Amino acid sequence: MLQAIGIRSVDDLFSPIPAEFRLTRDLAIPRQMAESEIVDWFKQRAKESGEGYTSFLGAGAYSHYRPVVIDALVQRGEFLTSYTPYQAEFAQGTLQAIFEFQTMISELTGMDLANASMYDGSTGAAEAVMMAVRITGRHSGVIARSLHPEYREVLDTYATHQAIPLRMVSFKDTGQVDLKELETAVDDDTACILIQSPNFFGTIEDIEAIAEIAHRRGALLIVSIAEAVSLGIVEPPRAADIVAMEAQSFGVPLGFGGPYCGVLATKEKFVRQMPGRLAGQTVDKNGKRGFVLTLATREQHIRREKATSNICTNQALVALMVNIFMTVYGKVGLRELAKHNMAKAAYAAGQFSKHARVRFAGAPRFNEFVVETSEDPYAINSRLLGHKIVGGLPLKKFYPELRHAALWCCTELTTRSMIDTAVGLVAESERSVLNKDAEPEEVVR
Amino acid sequence: MTTKHMTRKATRHISQNEGLIFEKSSPGKAAWKLPPLDVPDVDTAKLLGKQERKDLGNMPEVSEIEIIRHFTRLSTWNYAIDLGMYPLGSCTMKYNPRVNEFVARVEGLANGHPYQPEKISQGALRIMRTLSDCLLEITGMDAITLQPAAGAHGELTGMLMVRAYHESQGNARKKILIPDSAHGTNPATAATVGYAVENLKSNDRGMVDVAALAAQMNEDVAALMVTNPNTLGVFEQEIHKIAELMHAKGGLLYMDGANMNALVAKTRPGDFGVDVMHLNLHKTFSTPHGGGGPGSGPVAVKKILEPFLPTPVVITKPDGTLGFEYNRPQSVGRVRAFYGNFGMFIRALAYIFANGPDGLRQTTEDAVLNANYIRKGLEGVYDLPYSTPSMHEVVFSDKLQSKKGVKTMDLAKRLIDYGFHPYTTAFPLIVAGALMIEPTESEPKEELDLFIEAMKSIAEEVEEDPQYVLDAPHNTRISRLDETAAARKPVLRWKPEPSAP
Repeated sequence: MLQAIGIRSVDDLFSPIPAEFRLTRDLAIPRQMAESEIVDWFKQRAKESGEGYTSFLGAGAYSHYRPVVIDALVQRGEFLTSYTPYQAEFAQGTLQAIFEFQTMISELTGMDLANASMYDGSTGAAEAVMMAVRITGRHSGVIARSLHPEYREVLDTYATHQAIPLRMVSFKDTGQVDLKELETAVDDDTACILIQSPNFFGTIEDIEAIAEIAHRRGALLIVSIAEAVSLGIVEPPRAADIVAMEAQSFGVPLGFGGPYCGVLATKEKFVRQMPGRLAGQTVDKNGKRGFVLTLATREQHIRREKATSNICTNQALVALMVNIFMTVYGKVGLRELAKHNMAKAAYAAGQFSKHARVRFAGAPRFNEFVVETSEDPYAINSRLLGHKIVGGLPLKKFYPELRHAALWCCTELTTRSMIDTAVGLVAESERSVLNKDAEPEEVVR
Repeated sequence: MTTKHMTRKATRHISQNEGLIFEKSSPGKAAWKLPPLDVPDVDTAKLLGKQERKDLGNMPEVSEIEIIRHFTRLSTWNYAIDLGMYPLGSCTMKYNPRVNEFVARVEGLANGHPYQPEKISQGALRIMRTLSDCLLEITGMDAITLQPAAGAHGELTGMLMVRAYHESQGNARKKILIPDSAHGTNPATAATVGYAVENLKSNDRGMVDVAALAAQMNEDVAALMVTNPNTLGVFEQEIHKIAELMHAKGGLLYMDGANMNALVAKTRPGDFGVDVMHLNLHKTFSTPHGGGGPGSGPVAVKKILEPFLPTPVVITKPDGTLGFEYNRPQSVGRVRAFYGNFGMFIRALAYIFANGPDGLRQTTEDAVLNANYIRKGLEGVYDLPYSTPSMHEVVFSDKLQSKKGVKTMDLAKRLIDYGFHPYTTAFPLIVAGALMIEPTESEPKEELDLFIEAMKSIAEEVEEDPQYVLDAPHNTRISRLDETAAARKPVLRWKPEPSAP
């Protein structure tokens, strides 16, 4: 090859790099490893990473069963090792799969249309707010405090440099958005209200009432959905204008936080302001049905600085996992799956309420609930950890006022005995705290 | 039909027809099973009231074998690296090692919850730390975030940091300079961060015109976003002068690392003056493109930008364990929930382990060698607008073929008939009718020869029968699709045929 090119050594090809910047030493990185060593190294790391623990964590990342056909299919090289389907004739498989994904997400969210995916639920929510600003020509947003706190942080990052002021609205005793406060927060410059349902506490919001407030003032309603499985049993936010969803629950591994699968869905009239790729149906010259990426004039490779977003790479393969999951469970299975989640969480909340305070009663919940204890949940959790149980997420980091509260999650994978064990340990710790409190009183007496 | 030009690489074969999944659905079919409920059943109507969903609309009902066949059939309609060379310029379609997929699925790594206590996350944190250390050594930078989900997201993160840095100096500045050869994401990103975009013309060698830059550079310019090697596959030979020019007026140098596959182990951006850059783990570090994602776009910076990294960052705690640090008052904030596309970190690190220092050097050399072999093989057959030396990719134009009315996209469609995925068409914009070809290091000489042979054969066809090329592809399941109709009246989802009343 060197001869064919007409050079003496490969180094000649690197002569454009000024000599002073050419690296003449080895990189100081680990030496080349054999495949067996690589596998061993990662298996060691897995042992140090929560392998074998029972977990009650949710909070935007959910542990659901992943049917084995998902990995069998997404590992086909034709899906795994192909690029964005810009050459449609050579990528019909990916394109038809995206079209089916868009259809199922639309069906589930109650929206007209959905895109081919966003990075995750947090960036999807931020992009939805920017989309609302473009649609309404207004400049500010009203955000529920019960939106996932890390989604709020991401939104802050995006909004700061887009000069979109954000107003926070608190929650009531039921855990739902405070509608009175919401009413006063919305004004004529509000582009959108952004809420989550089920919200960060697992509570289901009254979408229609919130939509009414938004629409009366000419603002859009964006609903973020972090727990996609809820859509099997909870009425979708049909009154919303944009749904910003995290679809991780649909067959995507927890994977220490990513890659996940954000997706936006909206009304037909807003589609040209939606960021991200879209697959559309068309025909070839013989009238045969086929699919192409379409409405590309919204995108960065055509519009450059005038694009709706800078997004390019999305989460295609993860969206395919979601797609296969939705296909496996389908119309009936998704409903049954969601019911199992509700039943487990209802049972667990009932058991916990015998020994501790379950917060936010009076509004419907899906598969998460907030438990308030006498003792700091961090202390309880470190005791649970000794029993190989990861307890609920302590909330004081995100909500200082919920000092002794933790967010617990149960899914179809949580067994009754796991719940009973965890409840037993929490009850024990509550009793010991109460006893400790009681002892000095006896001394006084 | 011209048969003499049929390719040695591909032959037509039977491919299964397959409708949309919704068209196969019928009530009663199922591919799921739940275990018996071990807690009391709940009355969802009572618990949810008006919030109870009654119907899931047109969601499919199909059996497991139908699902397997459906997606397997669809998959066979795709081209993929696993089938052959995928010479998309700037996309670095290299082999995606299967060990990467295996280790990413190891129990414990695949199932780790992002909020599980740090005490039982040491393995995951160690992966993030080790990958960070490797990437810092490879780039010659000082600090890094792995949080961005893709290249464009990395650009956004980098530019947020540029802005935060200038703000900390008392003036955010107004604009970003971007060469006319840049990726579309660069100007889109600058706009997202609230900067005006000013174009920078390339010189006749396809590089940044340093004199023009000197004239355009002033205290209003926050940064220059440069891709190196640039989208012509040309190394910016005066990159250090560019850096000096930027720094002299208080500006920063941002490097789009999309083309890092040309540089790894041969030179380091940190050494030639770059202040902030992103990497694409799905390009340079072999994580799969998966039909368009997921990617991962770590951002590496010099010391002066470290305080502005997104939260959280991985630190070593006083007790020697690893943990996340959230308290970083000058941080630009978070750019996504949790810590980034962790699954991609595992794959990229496995790739680095499989290569080591020698392997990474060899990889870069082979990538550049392969591109130059193609360049030599096709020079004269296709117009080479810039004679400047090529690194990992080569850009031709359709100047010779367009005399017969055949454009780069037509040539690309004909290449499909020869069993190759097309190169990148019509980009970079500074070359009219560009053919941007990046073979990567993964291709054996036999595959490169087949590609060269195919491209030469197509050039002959253009001379003999241009219409045949214009009508391509001829051998695919479907012929060229009507994209105009798709955009004019978008059909973006399936709907059932309205049933007769």
